[in-house]
Amino acid sequence: MLPLVLDSVSFRVNGKTIIDRVSIEIGTGPRTIILGSNGAGKSVLMRLCHGLLEPTSGSIVWRGAVNGHQRQAMVFQRPVMLRRSAVANVVYGLKLAGVAPRERELRARDVLEAVGLASVAGRPARVLSGGEQQKLALARAWALGPEVLFLDEPTANLDPGATRDVETIIGQIRAGGTKIVMTTHNLGQAKRLGDEILFLSQGRLVERTPVEQFFTKPASAEADAFIRGELPWN
Amino acid sequence: MNEIWVALGEAGRLIGGLDAKLTEIVFLSLRVSLTAVLVASALGLPLGAAIAVGRFPGRQALIVILNALMGLPPVVVGLFVYLMLSRAGPLGQFGILFTPAAMVVAQTILILPIVAALSRQVVEDAWQEYREQLRSLGAGPWTSAVTLLWDTRFSLVTIVLAGFGRAAAEVGAVIIVGGNIDGVTRVMTTAIALETSKGDLPLALGLGVILLSLVLALNAAAYWVKEAAQRRYG
Repeated sequence: MLPLVLDSVSFRVNGKTIIDRVSIEIGTGPRTIILGSNGAGKSVLMRLCHGLLEPTSGSIVWRGAVNGHQRQAMVFQRPVMLRRSAVANVVYGLKLAGVAPRERELRARDVLEAVGLASVAGRPARVLSGGEQQKLALARAWALGPEVLFLDEPTANLDPGATRDVETIIGQIRAGGTKIVMTTHNLGQAKRLGDEILFLSQGRLVERTPVEQFFTKPASAEADAFIRGELPWN
Repeated sequence: MNEIWVALGEAGRLIGGLDAKLTEIVFLSLRVSLTAVLVASALGLPLGAAIAVGRFPGRQALIVILNALMGLPPVVVGLFVYLMLSRAGPLGQFGILFTPAAMVVAQTILILPIVAALSRQVVEDAWQEYREQLRSLGAGPWTSAVTLLWDTRFSLVTIVLAGFGRAAAEVGAVIIVGGNIDGVTRVMTTAIALETSKGDLPLALGLGVILLSLVLALNAAAYWVKEAAQRRYG
């Protein structure tokens, strides 16, 4: 279904421009990290791509989609768990995706095993720890076998241990051939998990640069200032 | 004062001895109010969820009206149902005026707005939290409504019990459409009103004690269900 093509996409709320004429093509391959200061429009851009928001103007097209069918998933900063067991949360996603009943349970067990939650599969999802819930959110998304996975600051609320686990799982998902598009505030994480950086400033896409180059020789003055601000010891 | 103690003692004997007349009245009360709460919940919970999740013209007006109807005076509902069911009324041919069926109709109308309005509030609060996640998983409005009803089930139990409490405790509607006919439509509240005016305090007090205990037990159950569920499911 990739590439995802954004053509002059803008998003305005009450006259305030959140995303300002962004044009970009996101293809298979590199892991894409979206960076920018608070309020730069990272989360909104991701929601537009995922289809949770409609652009005010411009177009968003999955150029490779067959019959409009899209295999994409999103993991949010704060996981929303249904009031049922961990495995039932994964099964729920599979049911909505139209997976046959008998296969749901098997796939759910497999994916919980893969993220290290097999031992708590039967526990109510909402009493799991924050880290476990985020892993469960990843499992729920992963079970869908998405071609693209959007991650909106998936480790923002987690401790270092859980963050490491989540990064490992993202690596596994990526290894299965899923395209990763992610926002983060953690520049170390951006370096570890990213291949290319999309840098947003005040709703505009300021630059798109391979990750090593972004941190050493950013193309734009905005990105340069951002990196200095975030890593003042450089 | 002495008279009250004597009456209370007599009431205790009636309850302890499972007095035939008393039990008959209590059972009819339960039958009528439980049927009413069943019908009102079957209609009101889906209605509340639909209004919570749906977006349609007139939605806000509907919410305001529904909230206002929570305060419906029982006698007005009784009068309305009386007019509908009386021989000259539009539904007169069913001939159910002065039967338990008429009382069920009146109580259903009385508590339907309570169940619908309160469940709308509960489901809508949950919807705020779940919306993006459910849409991301591909849930349409219908699926979302069903999911939210199930996920808020413990809060909804409290609402249903509140509806039952209201039905069991009201006197104005059932006395008009039921007629307080001995052995046919006499329920706890109408019997209390009648026996008090007749001066038969023991029966009135006995029924009062049972009614109070019932309401207390219901509230205890509602509280306990919610607490236990909160601990278990988060």
